[in-house]
Amino acid sequence: MRELAWLIPLLPLVGVGVLVPFGRRLGDPRAGWLATALVAGSFAVTVAIWIEMLGVPAEERAHVVRMFDWIVVGDLRVGASLLVDQLSVVMALFVTGIGALIHLYATGYMHGDDRYPKFFLYLNLFVFSMLMLVLGENLLVTFLGWEGVGTCSYLLISFWHERETAAVAGKKAFVTNRIGDVGVMTAMFLAFSAVGSLSYADLGRAAQDGALGGSTATAIALLAFLGACGKSAQLPLHLWLPDAMEGPTPVSALIHAATMVTAGVFLMTRLNPVLAASYEWAPTLVAVVGAGTALFAATIAVAQHDVKRVLAYSTISQLGYMFLAVGSGAYVAAIFHMVTHAFFKALLFLGSGSVIHGMHHEQDMRRMGALRVAMPVTAGTFIVGWLAIAGVPPFAGFWSKDEILLYVHAKSPILWAVGLVTALLTAYYMTRQVILVFFGAPRWTSHADAHGAHGDAAPHESPASMLAPLVVLAGLSIVGGAIQLPFSKEMHFLEHWLEPVVEAGEASLSGSWAYANKWLLLAVAVVVAAAGIAAAVAVYGARRVRAVEPRILEDAWRYDAAAARLVGGPGAVAFRAVAWFDATVVDGVVNGVAYLVRDAGGAIRRLQTGFVRTYALMVGAGAVCVLAWFLVRGAV
Amino acid sequence: MSGPPLGVAVGASWYLVVAALLFGVGLFGVTVRRNPLVMLMCVELMLNAVNLTFVTLAHRLGDVAGRTTVLFVLVVAAAEVTVGLAIVVAIMRHRSAVTTDDLTALRG
Repeated sequence: MRELAWLIPLLPLVGVGVLVPFGRRLGDPRAGWLATALVAGSFAVTVAIWIEMLGVPAEERAHVVRMFDWIVVGDLRVGASLLVDQLSVVMALFVTGIGALIHLYATGYMHGDDRYPKFFLYLNLFVFSMLMLVLGENLLVTFLGWEGVGTCSYLLISFWHERETAAVAGKKAFVTNRIGDVGVMTAMFLAFSAVGSLSYADLGRAAQDGALGGSTATAIALLAFLGACGKSAQLPLHLWLPDAMEGPTPVSALIHAATMVTAGVFLMTRLNPVLAASYEWAPTLVAVVGAGTALFAATIAVAQHDVKRVLAYSTISQLGYMFLAVGSGAYVAAIFHMVTHAFFKALLFLGSGSVIHGMHHEQDMRRMGALRVAMPVTAGTFIVGWLAIAGVPPFAGFWSKDEILLYVHAKSPILWAVGLVTALLTAYYMTRQVILVFFGAPRWTSHADAHGAHGDAAPHESPASMLAPLVVLAGLSIVGGAIQLPFSKEMHFLEHWLEPVVEAGEASLSGSWAYANKWLLLAVAVVVAAAGIAAAVAVYGARRVRAVEPRILEDAWRYDAAAARLVGGPGAVAFRAVAWFDATVVDGVVNGVAYLVRDAGGAIRRLQTGFVRTYALMVGAGAVCVLAWFLVRGAV
Repeated sequence: MSGPPLGVAVGASWYLVVAALLFGVGLFGVTVRRNPLVMLMCVELMLNAVNLTFVTLAHRLGDVAGRTTVLFVLVVAAAEVTVGLAIVVAIMRHRSAVTTDDLTALRG
């Protein structure tokens, strides 16, 4: 069965192949059903492979599927190969599983859109790229998927490109991602020159037996981290993600919650032996960037009014958590949080999409309220997602967040404190959102009046195709924590599963203060979450305290404006200098060679007179010269 | 009786001299004449000069390879004449009284 792993990315690609020529003919909704069925099929294949892997001993589970030699140039041999191991199967499971749910949801959400088939074409292409990314056996195959998801995110974010803001947001996401891609590419070059191979197995072996020097390993790890920052929206490259909310909501859920943004965390986890072989400060830097991003984004989410923007900043913040875990050597916890986050953040995004759908494309939370009456299922599932992200036991987010905090405490109590403050803010802003959207007094009557021409202006519950994924994801958000429970060693299911992949970099907790006092730390986290929820209830529910939503937080610390000023001012000068260098020096050399060849050709072609007899004379003269040479040589 | 005086054996070098003269005549014709038919004939002359050289040396060195090569040259020469004549005829159909100096379409 594992030999059939190529089916996993192939099925979505088949969808692309069918939808390009026949998408318009299939139309709404059959194109959507086809795309959904194919992703569901690839989920079924993944599950079958996973079940087979469960049946074999841990050390025999990893399996490489060689499809064909992709690039063979000199020493460089890159196979188009898939690596089916514990990590990639976990990733593929939730990418295809949640991807299928989001496809199903999109059949309802995008119903009636003019470019309905094209949307599913892009979605399928995106899932294909993401699967290549996670299943790649070497850096280059991963990079193929890496670029593929970047391109698809551009296409999907600017899907409604008639809107100026959507087109700009798509471009912004693409350009910001390119900055990170430079890092990944350079990391690949370095890895190849140092190890002579791009496959993860060779890289890991070289890192573990010391063939990879400390400085090279550090450089590779940090360059890959730069790419991860771009893809996973970490400081200072986070600024594309909030704008990317211009895309249709299923896109936000698929790209910005469940799949693409986790690519950075995945890459760092894949490269864990390299990170472990690098200097001490490299993982610390990763952890600090993660903690900084987590706190930074959480403060911004507190003052946002757009229902999706809150979730966008929340995503950035949660990704910061994952990098905090990676930097602390808690790879299992990072993947654990990635999985639970995929459950509850996809749920929250899809829930917010359901709200937006029901509110006739209103996204401002100030014009919502009391929607639990009109949209009971959406409200119920959204509340589950809220409890999960806020860290309320026994929901999924609680277990994964505490696992991370435990490891972080063992690394540095200061970073732990930052994580704790972030947890407090997370509970606060998510409670604020739930209250503003689903509770209190309705504030949307004015909106309905203004848009009276709509006819049915009152909020309404979404169709079943949108609610079914919500209910499934809500269920997963409740029980998702069960894959890694802290009660006993035997209940660390995910840790046992991932152990062979991450053992090189995984930090050990045993003997640390944090491990001895893990129940205390757990209690502290629960108290903090409760405090955050209570504060938000006091401010927005009971309205005892005035809301604190400073302007600077609403403007996201003016980071965007500052970046724009930097890029527009000194940045533009530097870019122009680089462009001049490129046009004058680099192009000059290339064009110079071409001019030289052309001019030399122009001079030499005069030899071709067109008179056959001249040629004959030349040939004769040549024969005489050859003869003379032989004679002279014979004489000497 | 012209030719070599009696009693003098006709050595291999005589044949080689004849071959060289034939070759020179052919080369001279190719470079001087402008009629394509005559030029083709001169080329034939040069080829046969080479054939003569081959046969002579093959005889003197007792090596059969030279004789074999002659057969190949003959076949190639036949093919060359066929193609060359076909081209000349095709050109003649389009223009009358052509000399090779009028055919300069491939001038650089």
